[in-house]
Amino acid sequence: MTPARRRKAGTISRRANALSNVRGRAPLDPRLDLEALAERVIQLSEADETEVEIHIGANALTRFANNTIHQNVAEQTLGISVRAVVDGRTARASTNKTDDESLRRVVASAAQLAHNQPENPDLLPMLGAQKYQKVARFSGATSAATPTIRARAVTKVCQMAEKTKQTAAGIFASGSAHSIMANSKGFFAKYEQTRAEFSVTILEENSSGWAKATSFEIREIDPEALAESASAKAAGSRRPRELDPGHYTAILEPAAVLDLLGFLFYDFAGTAVRDKLSCFTGRMGKKLFGENITLWDDVYHPSQLGQSFDGEGVPRQKVLLVDRGVPKNLVYSRASAKKMKAKPTGHGLGLPNEHGEAPINLVWGGGDKSVGEMVASTERGVLVTRLWYIREVDPYNKILTGMTRDGTFLVENGRVTGGIRNFRFNQSVIEMLSNVEMLGPAVRSSGEESFDMVVPAMKVRNFHFSEVTKF
Amino acid sequence: MIDWANWAIETAKRRGATYADVRVMDIRHRDISTKNGEVGTLSESESLGIGIRVIAAGAWGFSSTDRLTREGVQTCAAEAVAIAQASALAKHEDVALAPEASYVDTWQNPFLKDPFRIPVERQIDLLLSADKEMRRVKGVTVAESSMSFCRIEQLFASSAGSAIHQIKMQSGAGIVATAFSGNEIQKRSYPNSFGGQHVLAGYELVESLDLVSHAQRVAEEAVALHSAAQCPEGQRTIILDGSQLGLQIHESIGHPIELDRVLGMEANFAGMSFLTTEKLRKLKYGSDIVNVVADARLEHGSGLGTFAYDDEGVPAQCTPIITNGLFTGYLSSRETASAIGEKRSNGTMRCESWNRLPMIRMTNISINPGTWKYDDLIADTDDAILMETNRSWSIDDRRYHFQFSTEIGWEIKGGKKGRMLKNPSYSGITTEFWNSCDAICSRDHWTLWGTPNCGKGQPQQTMGTGHGASPARFRNVKLGAAFAK
Repeated sequence: MTPARRRKAGTISRRANALSNVRGRAPLDPRLDLEALAERVIQLSEADETEVEIHIGANALTRFANNTIHQNVAEQTLGISVRAVVDGRTARASTNKTDDESLRRVVASAAQLAHNQPENPDLLPMLGAQKYQKVARFSGATSAATPTIRARAVTKVCQMAEKTKQTAAGIFASGSAHSIMANSKGFFAKYEQTRAEFSVTILEENSSGWAKATSFEIREIDPEALAESASAKAAGSRRPRELDPGHYTAILEPAAVLDLLGFLFYDFAGTAVRDKLSCFTGRMGKKLFGENITLWDDVYHPSQLGQSFDGEGVPRQKVLLVDRGVPKNLVYSRASAKKMKAKPTGHGLGLPNEHGEAPINLVWGGGDKSVGEMVASTERGVLVTRLWYIREVDPYNKILTGMTRDGTFLVENGRVTGGIRNFRFNQSVIEMLSNVEMLGPAVRSSGEESFDMVVPAMKVRNFHFSEVTKF
Repeated sequence: MIDWANWAIETAKRRGATYADVRVMDIRHRDISTKNGEVGTLSESESLGIGIRVIAAGAWGFSSTDRLTREGVQTCAAEAVAIAQASALAKHEDVALAPEASYVDTWQNPFLKDPFRIPVERQIDLLLSADKEMRRVKGVTVAESSMSFCRIEQLFASSAGSAIHQIKMQSGAGIVATAFSGNEIQKRSYPNSFGGQHVLAGYELVESLDLVSHAQRVAEEAVALHSAAQCPEGQRTIILDGSQLGLQIHESIGHPIELDRVLGMEANFAGMSFLTTEKLRKLKYGSDIVNVVADARLEHGSGLGTFAYDDEGVPAQCTPIITNGLFTGYLSSRETASAIGEKRSNGTMRCESWNRLPMIRMTNISINPGTWKYDDLIADTDDAILMETNRSWSIDDRRYHFQFSTEIGWEIKGGKKGRMLKNPSYSGITTEFWNSCDAICSRDHWTLWGTPNCGKGQPQQTMGTGHGASPARFRNVKLGAAFAK
């Protein structure tokens, strides 16, 4: 892969995933009383206002390929990030060192950086104490998962692949994290979360299949079932045929839908619309997508992960972004809300930054059709498991390009009739969301190009596959 | 640093490791950006920790920590060994490494001005000046500028006796003007997209770029693109500027030659490669004038892929990748070199930080300069599209089929550069494309470009890579698929 798409987007996603914690196993770092550490940082600061975020994390990942484990890694990390406000200016400094000298240095560095810049007329005072809705996203079982537990699950999957004369590659990861945020005006918030992830690619000589799941609860992940699904896709797409490029009815499984629609996330930022960088510039309140398209940002949805406060400490709100095809609302940080005469929605990014805000807990409205029903209703079309290397070609008309990957099938007369060589697509997402004929139930899903979201499978007419590759 | 390394290696050996290596890394960043006359990002960060990689029971284990007490380091080393023992549950055979000598050495890339000693207010002033110049141009809706600096001090030590201390200073800067009008967003960047140019150097890089004097042109071109003609579709001759050719090399040569990818180790995420091992020294990758090297040595240039030793202690080397059009080399590690029967790794194992495992990464993957002067190349071209500065990029997971678009295009007619074209894009199959190359500009036009944001691996790591390139011409290339209806 490369270069990583929209680095800032990746940062947001990683941050959302990293906000988590520990229980069920020994504390990550027994030296640390995080609240006392935050208090110490604030005490050391001579800035007008001081904000501190502390994250600790323990993450491990077992990676396999060619039916064997080839990487097996673990990390313990700590991060202390200090934001200082001096004379209406703000800046941030970070460290992973906890001794007093390092804490003094990071506090002084934030204040010095802040001091050495022009005054920021948009800077608002830090928040005082806030009230948050609690979210429970921590699993003792996930936190306690050991290398041996992951290795045993991987070994079973590799043995399954060997039995079917296939080759397995993938990862099994687990981790926990804990974070707190506090400031000199009495604001304090904390969050803990675990995360487990299993993904698998099953390969044959000229075909492949893929499956992936994530959850805060490792017991909800079934590696063998995921491997069986990937195995069936690899077997079902053997000896792929080459089809002419063109416009086809596309049946997109949830991971494929997710990786496409993830490209819309920053378009819903108030700052993006104000800067005329959003595809919704001049289009808010107008019918843009089909009647069957509705979207929320909702961190409280039971299938979502993430903390209930944003990078400024504002409580996150559930926001209706698209209502039956009409882009209805945007999300706002405190500063962009003030500029745009709106209310902050709890989607601000940590300050200072030039991006403002972004929704990262997308929940799409679903339907009641299964992928099987979509296939059965299709005379000729393409069934897509997963997409790859998606990039934006035209930001206002939202044309995206990318490739199909790991399980692309021809559908004829209501049946999957075999595998086909992978296509390149060049498709406007706006047009795609106007051409959705069927929706599956919205489920938590995971791809590789966007952050996890709650999203349905979609049957889309007139999807533009522009070229074909050699496998 | 050496005490921490020794504690780790001693503990790993005591716990049963047959090999151990460690990377202690102290990483410092400064990032500054502006948007429309205001400071956006303004931050500094530091991170210090240790990553411990071991072979025990014939399998790999890795653990990392920032708890740099004796107890913290020893616990981490013990965990690395325990992880290796768990890995052995699914092993087919013991890990084998190509032989490598041990080294005790110190190295630092040359630079003139430490960017962390340049006052922040001076750096902000420069960015705001460029920002202001861009916003003077009517029609510009967003003006952005940025600088980023990184200093990495690292110690590599191994149970074989290596102790290698290296310091790398990296700098980068660039500007972008965006113009929204009607139903289009157009933009221009200088000196490149992805935050501009990035190399191993000090603040002298930023001064050499002279961002302010380029700001007006960049802004005017962003606005002018709205009234430019659409780039045509069809099979045409194209000339790529050096920065776009650098990314073309990155995607369609740099990634497919990664031997871990070829051997299936990246199959679940980054993908595999069409360059299967039977193609080595047999495949006609490009035309006879195409010569590509992987060169991490300082004499190649001070790029993002330059170092003295890689992150498993192998000295920097120059490997011929394509020689007179023939595919001649992969990027390898000690493990993958051994797997295909090579005598030695060519030194491309790199990690993003102390908490990440080294993996095969591009160093400086560069095309050797040709013989053409740029003006002569244009004069020699009857009908073509000149494309400059990458805008979007995509390639399949075996690196066959690619599609790129650039920010701006120019019509070449009768040997002269003509009107501006908007939305240029081209696509093709890797080997067909490189075999269609019939002219490469000379050393005078060659730049070692930096790509700072290469993503690979699980957990994903972002790495900087270097790509030396000069403008080059390609025949019979498909244009316009990105915008075709």
